[in-house]
Amino acid sequence: MDTQSLTYLFVGLSFSLYIGIAIWSRASSTNDFYIAGKGVHPIANGMATAADWMSAASFISMAGLIAFLGKDGSVYLMGWTGGYVLLALLLAPYLRKFGQYTVPDFIGTRYYSNLARLVAVICLIFISFTYVAGQMRGVGIVFSRFLEVDINLGVIIGMCIVFFYAVLGGMKGITYTQVAQYCVLIFAYLVPAIFISILMTGNPIPQLGFGDTLVNTDTYLLDKLDKVTVDLGFNAYTENTKTNIDIFCITAALMFGTAGLPHVIVRFFTVPKVSDARKSAGYALVFIAILYSTAPAVSAFARMNFIDSVQEVNYQEAPSWFRNWENIGLIAWKDKNEDGLIQYSAGNALEGIKPDFSNEKGVSGERVTINDPDMTNNNEVYIDRDIMVLANPEIARLPGWVVALVAAGALAAALSTAAGLLLVISASISHDLLKKMFMPKITEKQELFYARCSAAVAILIAGLFGIYPPGFVAQVVAFAFGLAAATIFPALLMGIFYKRLNKEGAIAGMISGLVITSAYIINFKFLNIDLNSSEYWFLGVSPEGFGFIGMILNFCIAILVSFFYARPPKNVYLMVDQIREP
Amino acid sequence: MYKDYWRSNLKILSILLTVWFFVSFGFGIIFSDFLDQFKIGGFKIGFWFAQQGSIYFFVFLIFIYVYLMNKLDKSYKEKMNKNKSD
Repeated sequence: MDTQSLTYLFVGLSFSLYIGIAIWSRASSTNDFYIAGKGVHPIANGMATAADWMSAASFISMAGLIAFLGKDGSVYLMGWTGGYVLLALLLAPYLRKFGQYTVPDFIGTRYYSNLARLVAVICLIFISFTYVAGQMRGVGIVFSRFLEVDINLGVIIGMCIVFFYAVLGGMKGITYTQVAQYCVLIFAYLVPAIFISILMTGNPIPQLGFGDTLVNTDTYLLDKLDKVTVDLGFNAYTENTKTNIDIFCITAALMFGTAGLPHVIVRFFTVPKVSDARKSAGYALVFIAILYSTAPAVSAFARMNFIDSVQEVNYQEAPSWFRNWENIGLIAWKDKNEDGLIQYSAGNALEGIKPDFSNEKGVSGERVTINDPDMTNNNEVYIDRDIMVLANPEIARLPGWVVALVAAGALAAALSTAAGLLLVISASISHDLLKKMFMPKITEKQELFYARCSAAVAILIAGLFGIYPPGFVAQVVAFAFGLAAATIFPALLMGIFYKRLNKEGAIAGMISGLVITSAYIINFKFLNIDLNSSEYWFLGVSPEGFGFIGMILNFCIAILVSFFYARPPKNVYLMVDQIREP
Repeated sequence: MYKDYWRSNLKILSILLTVWFFVSFGFGIIFSDFLDQFKIGGFKIGFWFAQQGSIYFFVFLIFIYVYLMNKLDKSYKEKMNKNKSD
C-alpha cells in the first residue's frame, strides 16, 4: 500500500476508535458532563491530562521551533513541564478538595463575589479560544498535506468528530477518548524518533542518542551541529542568543501560565480522592515527559538531517518531500546565484519573509514567488518551522507507515486538546454564567442541555477559526499563557495560601494583571510592531515573558488593596481551613 | 493539630520548590553558561539541564511530594483518631 492509503487507513481507524469510545461513555448527568462523575483512575487521568495538554503546538510545532532556536528553545521544554510541579504541589489537591465543577466556581466562592467569577470567566474564555484557534490550524495542515483534501473539508471533519464525543459524552467521553489519543500520539512520536536515533547515532534511545557520537565517527552529534550551524552563519546550536533575564521571564510565564490553564486544572476535579489528584499530576508529568524529553532529540536530528539533505543539492534532484511541502507553500526556494543548487544559510531568503507565490514556474521548475529575494544574504531557502516534525520521517527516509502514523498522531494531539478546551468553555457558560449568575432556577436537566448547546456553539466558532484563520494566531499564543499567569494563577494560589485576601484585593489584582499584560502584548505585537526589540522592552523582557511581570504585579496589588478593606467573612476562613485539611 | 499538619506541609513545599527552582531556573538558565564548560558524553551540562535534566527532576519532585504527603496525611489521621478515642 502506498503512503496515502496507509494514512487514510490509520486516520480512519483512530477516528472510529474515538467514536466507539464516545458511544460507550455517554454522560447522563451534569456531574458526568463536567467532571466525569469523579470516577477516573489517576493513571487514566494522567494520560488524559497529558493528551489534553499536548496540543498541535507540542506535537507538530515544538520540536521544529527548537530545531531552529537551539538552546533558546529550552524555554518551551522547561516552561511547559515545570508548571506541573506547581500544579501538583500548590493547586491540584486543594482544588480537588474544594470539589466543585469549574475554575471560576472556586474563584467565585472563595472571593464570595459574582464579579470575581465573571472576571475569571472572561479570562478563561479568552485563553481557551486563543488556544483552540491554534488546534484547528494544526488539523487543517495535517489534512491538506497527508490526505490531500481541502483544508476546509479537513476542519469540518475534525469538527464533526469533536462534536460527536464532546457534546454527547462531555467530560466522561472526552476523558476516555483522550486516553486513546494519548496512546496514538505518543506511539506516533516515539517510533520515528527511535528510528532516526538508530540511523544517526546507533543508539535506540533518542534521549541518549542526541548526546552520542554519529555513526562510524568519533564526532559528537551536538559538536558537529554546533560547527555546521556556525559555518552557515547561524548561532551555535547549544548556545543562547537571548539574554538571561528574558529567558528567565519567558520560562516563568510559561510555567505559571501552565499551572493557571483552566482546561488542565479541571482535569484534576475528575479523580475520586485528594491523594489521587497529587498522584495523577505525577503520572501526567511522566506521560508528558516521555514526549518532552524526546522532542529536543528530534530537533537536533531534524536540523542536522535537513541541512545534510538539501545543502548544495541540485533542485531537480532534491528529495520529494522538499517539493511536496513547496506545493503547499511551506517551503520556498529562490535561486539567488542562479546555479541551480540549493544553498541554505542564515538570514531571510525573501523580502517580507513569507513567500507569496505566483502561478509561474522558474528555470529549474521551482515555484516563483512574487516577493523579491532578500539580497543582503545568501540564503535561498524559506522553511516554515511547523513542518519539521511532520517532514522528519520523510527527510530520514523512513517507511510509509511511519509517515502515516505521524499524521494520525498529530490529529490525535490537536483533537484531544480542542475537545478539552471546548468543554471548559461550555462548562463556564452553562454553569458559571447561566446557573450561578443569570438563571439560578434552571434544573439539572436544563443545565445539561445548555452545556451541550454551548459546547456545540463553541465548536462552530472554533471551526470558523480553522476555516478563516485569523492572521494573528501565532502572536496571541503569548497572550494565553501570559493571561493565565497574570490573572488565574495568582487568584487560585492566594485563595488557598493566603486567607486574609478579600474580594476587593482579588478583583483588583486580577484586573490589573489582565490590563497591564494585555496592554504590553498588544502594544508590541499589534500597535508598534517595529518597536518590538529588546531596547524598548521593559527591563529587557519580551512580550512572551511579560506574563511573569503581570503576575508579580497582581500579587502586590491584591495584597495591598486587601488591607484597605474588611477581612473576608468567617465562612470563607472555614472553607479555606477545610480545603487545607487532608 | 491541624496547625502542625499545615506547618509540615509548608515545610515540604518550600524544600521541594527550592529544588524545583535550582534545577530549572538555576542550572538551566542562570548558571547554564557556566556549567556548559563541563561535559558528559556529547552533552554540555548546562544545555543538558535546560533540555533534559530539569524535566527528569520535575517528575522526581512530584513523586517525592506524593510520598511525603501520603505519609503526613496518614500520621495526621492516626492522631485524629487517637484524640477521638481518648
